[in-house]
Amino acid sequence: MNPVNGSSAVLVRDTILEARDLVLSFGETPALRGASLSVKKGEVLAVMGPSGSGKSTLLHCLAGILAPDSGEVYFDGQRVDAMREGDRSRLRRERFGFVFQFGQLVPELTAEENVALPLLLGGTRREEALRGARAWFERLELDGLERHRAGEMSGGQAQRVALARGLVAHPDVLFADEPTGSLDSLTGELVMGLLTRTACEDGTTVVLVTHEPRVAAYADREVIVRDGRVTVTAAVPG
Amino acid sequence: MALLGLLDREPSHGYDLKRDYDAYFGRGRPLPFGQVYATLARLARDGKAMVGEAEPGAGPDRKRYTITEEGKSEVEVWLAEPIPAEPHFQTDLFVKVVLSLMLGRPAEAYLDVQRAAHLARMRELTEVKQKGGVVDALLADHGLFHLEADLRWIDLTAARLAVLAEEVTA
Repeated sequence: MNPVNGSSAVLVRDTILEARDLVLSFGETPALRGASLSVKKGEVLAVMGPSGSGKSTLLHCLAGILAPDSGEVYFDGQRVDAMREGDRSRLRRERFGFVFQFGQLVPELTAEENVALPLLLGGTRREEALRGARAWFERLELDGLERHRAGEMSGGQAQRVALARGLVAHPDVLFADEPTGSLDSLTGELVMGLLTRTACEDGTTVVLVTHEPRVAAYADREVIVRDGRVTVTAAVPG
Repeated sequence: MALLGLLDREPSHGYDLKRDYDAYFGRGRPLPFGQVYATLARLARDGKAMVGEAEPGAGPDRKRYTITEEGKSEVEVWLAEPIPAEPHFQTDLFVKVVLSLMLGRPAEAYLDVQRAAHLARMRELTEVKQKGGVVDALLADHGLFHLEADLRWIDLTAARLAVLAEEVTA
């Protein structure tokens, strides 16, 4: 990563996203038991932890997809968990981007139409949205694939299209849940390199859920989720 | 450091320390008696252990050693600090975890700082990889894969701490 993104610089930057003491259960099963987390503007944060530790649930709460049973989520000073669903939905569409383990491209649409989706949903006219989408193909080394459909692309290509879709509307925060989980390690590294580079260039904050240390190593820092709580560890300098 | 750590449990004879060292950390490579007594003599000279009066009986093994406050604090510091994140030090990692559990020290906190030290080193190597050519990337990858293997072991061990503690303190 860019040295400017190093941990010492992170300390002085503003907090863009914050979770305070989140508790959430699915039926009888507790997923979060008092999870707190603070994300600085422009940083790439890796959220690690074993399977079932609650890391994806934490990401969903931060992103306003799930509302916690108790606790608070703040984005850019606004209380997300207390918003009405319509407002949360608009927040997700306008300020957040998403990329998941399996790209989840719409199979009937071409790659460029998939990338243009967030712009179209935001009310941008079709031609302009497609123009905006096409600009991403060169950036993510996808030239020539604009008219391909999901079934005509490799896993790594499809995941980069999904990444372009996550970034096309210039979100403040990109939420990435195991974005390389379905890729081989070389392809995964290509995707991670492009993800962190473009996020850094655009000043996008990234919350990256992963259980893979090699993926987390692309982030500026990491937190560990264990039994529904967040452990912040700092490496001893030296 | 392993012998001093074992001595932190209770005052012991050299023979007991050797037996426990071999059982927990020797793994088929028993510690020679000579080395045990040389180490104990050095620890006594450096003020980290005290030698008791010779007890009735034959042989050099009649002396009981007790850890000093200085020795205790050295063990404490050593157990808590992460090892520099270089590959191939699994023995040290293992000894630290087992000793922490034996002594009722926070093994999980140690594993957390060790994980953080490993990830910090992995970040450095990832940066080298992104900035350098293929040769740099290959060298960095070698380190990254080994560190990743350690991290998997750290995670697995963290998940098994309770069971491990029962076994080493039984």
